[in-house]
Amino acid sequence: MSLWEYANPVKFLGLSARVQPFVWGGAGLCLAVGLLWGFFATPDDYRQGSTVKIIYLHVPAALMAINAWFMMLVASLIWLIRRHHVSALAAKAAAPVGILMTVIALITGAIWGQPMWGTWWAWDPRLTSFLILFLFYLGYIALWEAVEDPDTAADLTAVLCLVGSVFAVLSRYAVKFWNQGLHQGTSVPLATGGRTVSDVFFYPLLISMIGFGLLFLALVLYRTGTEIRLRRARALLARSERGA
Amino acid sequence: MIALLRRDLMLAFRAGGGFGLGLAFFLIVTVLVPFSVGPQSDLLATIAPGVLWLGALLACLLSLDRLLALDFEDGTLDLLATAPLPLEAALSVKALSHWLTTGLPLVLAAPLLGVMLNLAPSGYLWLVASLGLGTPALSAIGAFGAALTVGIKRGGLLMSLLVLPLYVPTLIFGAETARRGAMGLDATTPLILLAGITFGTIALMPFASAAVLRMTLR
Repeated sequence: MSLWEYANPVKFLGLSARVQPFVWGGAGLCLAVGLLWGFFATPDDYRQGSTVKIIYLHVPAALMAINAWFMMLVASLIWLIRRHHVSALAAKAAAPVGILMTVIALITGAIWGQPMWGTWWAWDPRLTSFLILFLFYLGYIALWEAVEDPDTAADLTAVLCLVGSVFAVLSRYAVKFWNQGLHQGTSVPLATGGRTVSDVFFYPLLISMIGFGLLFLALVLYRTGTEIRLRRARALLARSERGA
Repeated sequence: MIALLRRDLMLAFRAGGGFGLGLAFFLIVTVLVPFSVGPQSDLLATIAPGVLWLGALLACLLSLDRLLALDFEDGTLDLLATAPLPLEAALSVKALSHWLTTGLPLVLAAPLLGVMLNLAPSGYLWLVASLGLGTPALSAIGAFGAALTVGIKRGGLLMSLLVLPLYVPTLIFGAETARRGAMGLDATTPLILLAGITFGTIALMPFASAAVLRMTLR
């Protein structure tokens, strides 16, 4: 029994069908608890007022926007090394979810920034990095759409994902060099294990982060299943055309 | 390799090769800038380094579709892929010839256009240095973009979408060097970082370009 057994599409679909109800349910539960708790049961921040509550959407979305690209990177590597089709399709399925998360993070950030910073947009390193990440997602998705042969498309997008990751990291540090920041530091610094937000805000935030993670997992599982079935349907069509 | 370089250069210089188009584009973009932002000389002096860098970058980008597309259509790339010369080397040569026909003329023309944009006297050396160091990276990254989209019909716009985000670090460090130079500040730090990016991309990008080209030609 190894993880690679689920590279078989049938096995993957079976497992995915068994797991999905729990993932969807967990995502719904966590999001409902986290967001409701966050929006209605936490006090206003003494300086930011009620605008602080956008953190329950903004931070989890930003987190998943980066993690989605990381997951695509891992899936692309698996595809390039072991040629498992499910992996390539999972990367393809994750991209639109990732770009959605990026857009949510950018828009909620703008909505928060208007009253707090007095501007919708600033050329701050974090904001700019996210905009660049958005462009990378856009190029990745466009390349998937443009290449006709599915295997070539998977190959090309996988290499683009690898090269893009390197350049995304480079850009991240380049923009830091280029302009000083307006954005506050991270709310949940993993490296130090500490936190910069008070417990009152932290627990609902943690729950909505888990909720966003589960939501991402559920969407990717669902979309990967769709892609697998789509490819199977195309193969069946091609076969029946050849038979006729 | 030298034969391939000579062939590419010859094709570019002969009639219809498109040599000088990038240069003309660079010139026109620079001429259009005062029309769009107004002719105040202090404003132009402020934005001159950035405008020249952006113009050079776009000129490089627009000439990329010539890098591989014609060779793909007439089958030269298939021959190159099966030739004893590694495809990585062939693509390095192609990037080099692209730089010699597009990047180098831009570097040489940039000071002239700097005069038109009222660039500060201290900025010329830094501008030429940053462009001279930075444009090879644009060619090396561009070859990757060209290899990625060569099999796609009407892939030009897509290539821009793919290549431009990859150009971000190069542009940041290059324009920062030119800007600091023009303001009379010390610009060695961004210049060194720019050199790092250039040498890194020249060393590594041909492998990525060759990999995607093999996938397309397979």
